Amino acid sequence: MSALSPAIQDREELVENPYLPYPVRIDDIVVETEDRNLKTFKFVFLNEQDEKKFDYHAGQFAELSIPGKGEIPIGIASSPVEKGFVMFTVNKAGVVTTHLHNMKVGDIMGIRGPMGNWFPWEMLEGKNVLLVGGGFAFTTLRSSIVYMLDPANRSKFGNITVVYGARTPGMLLYKSELIEWEKRDDIDMHITVDATDDPDWKYNVGFVPPVTEEKAPQGDENTYAIVCGPPIMIKFTQPVLEKLGYTHDRIIMSLENRMKCGIGMCGRCNIGRELVCKDGPVFTLEQINQTPREY
Amino acid sequence: MKIVAIDKKDWEKSLDRLRQSYGLIGPVKDDRYHYFRKLSEGQTPDFDFFNTRTSAKEIVYPQSEDMFEYTLDPTKEDYHLLKEVEKDYSPKAVLGIRPCDAKAVALVKLNFDTEEYKDPYWLRSWEATTFVGLACDAPCSTCFCTTAGCGPYHEEGLDVLLADDGDRYLAKVLTEKGKKFIKAAGWTEEVDAAERFESGKAAAEDKIVSKVSTENLAAADTLALHGNEQMWEDISFSCINCGTCTFVCPTCWCFDIQDEVHGKQGKRMRNWDSCMFPIFTVHTTGHNPRGTKLQRVRQRFMHKLKYFVDKYDSGIMCVGCGRCVQQCPVNIDIRRVCDLMNGYGAKDACAVEG
Repeated sequence: MSALSPAIQDREELVENPYLPYPVRIDDIVVETEDRNLKTFKFVFLNEQDEKKFDYHAGQFAELSIPGKGEIPIGIASSPVEKGFVMFTVNKAGVVTTHLHNMKVGDIMGIRGPMGNWFPWEMLEGKNVLLVGGGFAFTTLRSSIVYMLDPANRSKFGNITVVYGARTPGMLLYKSELIEWEKRDDIDMHITVDATDDPDWKYNVGFVPPVTEEKAPQGDENTYAIVCGPPIMIKFTQPVLEKLGYTHDRIIMSLENRMKCGIGMCGRCNIGRELVCKDGPVFTLEQINQTPREY
Repeated sequence: MKIVAIDKKDWEKSLDRLRQSYGLIGPVKDDRYHYFRKLSEGQTPDFDFFNTRTSAKEIVYPQSEDMFEYTLDPTKEDYHLLKEVEKDYSPKAVLGIRPCDAKAVALVKLNFDTEEYKDPYWLRSWEATTFVGLACDAPCSTCFCTTAGCGPYHEEGLDVLLADDGDRYLAKVLTEKGKKFIKAAGWTEEVDAAERFESGKAAAEDKIVSKVSTENLAAADTLALHGNEQMWEDISFSCINCGTCTFVCPTCWCFDIQDEVHGKQGKRMRNWDSCMFPIFTVHTTGHNPRGTKLQRVRQRFMHKLKYFVDKYDSGIMCVGCGRCVQQCPVNIDIRRVCDLMNGYGAKDACAVEG
């Protein structure tokens, strides 16, 4: 898995306790979706120097740590070009996330990370990038888009195409940003919903795979696809990308598995010899094909 | 390497001397079985044993261990801030650890001591421990260490290797830690007894008749091996997912992290976990990548005998101690599984012999 495992940086964690979270304060909470099940939490580090230590890349994740409840691995939704805070969009599902949803601005908790590898930004320079996202698996894609659109970075990449879908308009994340990106001419946005009765909806209606088939650029040696979404979306998007000419080494995915330590030690998130937390979460489809796919 | 002799008459006296610098741990008989226990003042380790019931892994890596503590009282200034738990990392010495268990510690170190991350709990505890092994002159029928990259006189992971030589012990000093230990014990009678170790080793190895074959594992195709459902169905058929194998295994290291709260005081701790349990891998959605026992049994053996082999190029993640063979309630035998995996592709492979 060497192609996507960048050299490990000389991080502070090497000498510090990697299980000890950085203390953070909840700075802002935004309810993202109409079912109120997804909230975006903005965190500020209590110790300024911790923000420097938390030096991350788009595609990485971190453990959100709530004393008395536990920890939960979540993709980082903010972008390395955004300073002064980190941001995570969290689905209310289990013990930790349910508790987090009940916490308030000003509350203190912890963040441990950044963890895992990231989307292969150096390799993607000079290339066209297609991002395909579905549901709430759009968080690290948001981080990626903000990173690529940053004035310092935009010229490093070719065409950027985004296909992002949710069940309904009210279930789309980051709506105001989506609308802003729609207006830009340096990113090709294709927002879609499964269905809507909203007469004012002026974007696509349809599932992500057929919209991808219709709107996405042809795959070639200069074009890479990053795909994040629910298993059913991934299942039906893969044949579409293959048909468009994307080879498996140019289809990049981010996996999830149950995790505890996040640093490759506790032993549960493996898919064969690869650990999703440390060797991943980002793999090419070609790499995933060589694993027993236990995810 | 230096070898010193210790008259058994002086044994207790030297233990008392050692107690001034080390916390001593050794095998102690607990009605039926031997276990590693802290040796209290005046207590001597009982060396009349084949092997301990559970492995020595808990000496470095306790079954349950506090990591952090915190207060959940919002009126306190340090509310919700995790603090390190004070721990005792003063020098300790384990006496009479078998070479298989010591080699297992060296294998487990590969997991906790990596280039990217260091597990501070495991490493500090390991650094504080001196491993004083006892050579195995009378192995069990279930021992297969000699074909599992280990052996009854194997020195890997040890600081000192003791051999029983009638009315004396011979101590072979293997590391700097070992030198310090010998000095603290006051063992100074240097002897030329290399021959005793050589002949003892050869005689002990001869007594180990149980074997595994591992030569084809590295070259085996992971996906083909993993995909052989029939073989795994056969191997896992009788498994009840009790987790005994992982519990007694000296090389199983998987753990869980849990928060535990009493009133307004909380702690974060880690506990041994097991790939035999469905909750080990279940997602919050209910989806479980290893939801069936076939998948879990396959994970255990594939990890030990294939993934580990490929990842570290240090042989199999098994030292041949035979505990899982002895204690599995349904007689699943890693020796048989290893041979099946190693011979995969050979005709008529079946988990049930005969």
